[in-house]
Amino acid sequence: MEIDIEQDLFENEAKLAELNRSWFAAHRVAAVNLLAAPGAGKTSLIRRTAALCPLPLAVIEGDPASRIDTDLLNGLGIPAHQINTEGGCHLEAQMIGQALQEFQPAAGTVLFIENVGNLICTASFPLGEALRVVMLGVSEGDDKPFKYPLIFEEADAVILNKIDLGPFVDFDRERFYRGIRTIDPEVPVFEVSCRTGAGLAEWSRWLERKAGEYLDAATV
Amino acid sequence: MHELSLTEKILRLVLEQAGNHKAAKITRIKLVIGDLSGIIPACVEQYFGLIAAGTIAAGAKLEFQRSKAELYCPVCEESFEKRPADFNCPRCGSLAQLTESGRECFVESIEVD
Ligand SMILES: [Zn+2]
Repeated sequence: MEIDIEQDLFENEAKLAELNRSWFAAHRVAAVNLLAAPGAGKTSLIRRTAALCPLPLAVIEGDPASRIDTDLLNGLGIPAHQINTEGGCHLEAQMIGQALQEFQPAAGTVLFIENVGNLICTASFPLGEALRVVMLGVSEGDDKPFKYPLIFEEADAVILNKIDLGPFVDFDRERFYRGIRTIDPEVPVFEVSCRTGAGLAEWSRWLERKAGEYLDAATV
Repeated sequence: MHELSLTEKILRLVLEQAGNHKAAKITRIKLVIGDLSGIIPACVEQYFGLIAAGTIAAGAKLEFQRSKAELYCPVCEESFEKRPADFNCPRCGSLAQLTESGRECFVESIEVD
């Protein structure tokens, strides 16, 4: 006997993400899903942003196995909560829902969700975030938008990090922007260096404004 | 790696559906996987073999139907099949846009005894 199922496997993900979205709105927490390959500079960006952005920050750290980043951030006075995916390559909405039962950021917080370092499957799993930010280092190459289009498609902002390395790695800006603009003609791109601090003030102002808009809307 | 969590979802879904129909055995699972979904059928197959052991889905044949990624050219106003790492229209060379097709990941049907 044949049984028709016709069940989209990501449909359920969307429902679980919706539950998180309601939680974030009800608790007035602006969640930022931060996506990048390993070593792009996600944790450095969070540290730098904490020093610039006047809004209180908190972090949910997704990591296959270690607590290195969480310990580092907690040591700096940034409240951070660890999710270990036990080898899994992305965070799922259900993991965030579970984390929120223990880790409850205060109202008005910008909650960074530092996703597992990966440009493929992290794109397919919505977490209920207010903003999705994709980060890339120039040393990773200018072809990433062409190779991983889906991750850039839902991005609210793109951060191009390590621009201080530009002269050493033959990063073709024109090609990179051609890829990005094909996928999204409007998405803001911030060229920064988390090492030198270049460009970060502009990014931080953008984040403050977008998170502020979200939090104002969530108050009503 | 994300194939593992997806394969777990597939298994949970087919066991539930088979249970609803009081089936004794799942013999075949038909899946539709888009070329842009980032899912590797061979991985799903391998994980399925491991996690379905001891369930009524053990030994079920997985059948994958690929769905092609299509791009839309705003100049020619036509869709075409996406080539690897390329967004250009094969006809006019303009940059094209992503469409919804090629992202699918769903369980179409199962065969049970
Ligand atoms: Zn064309």
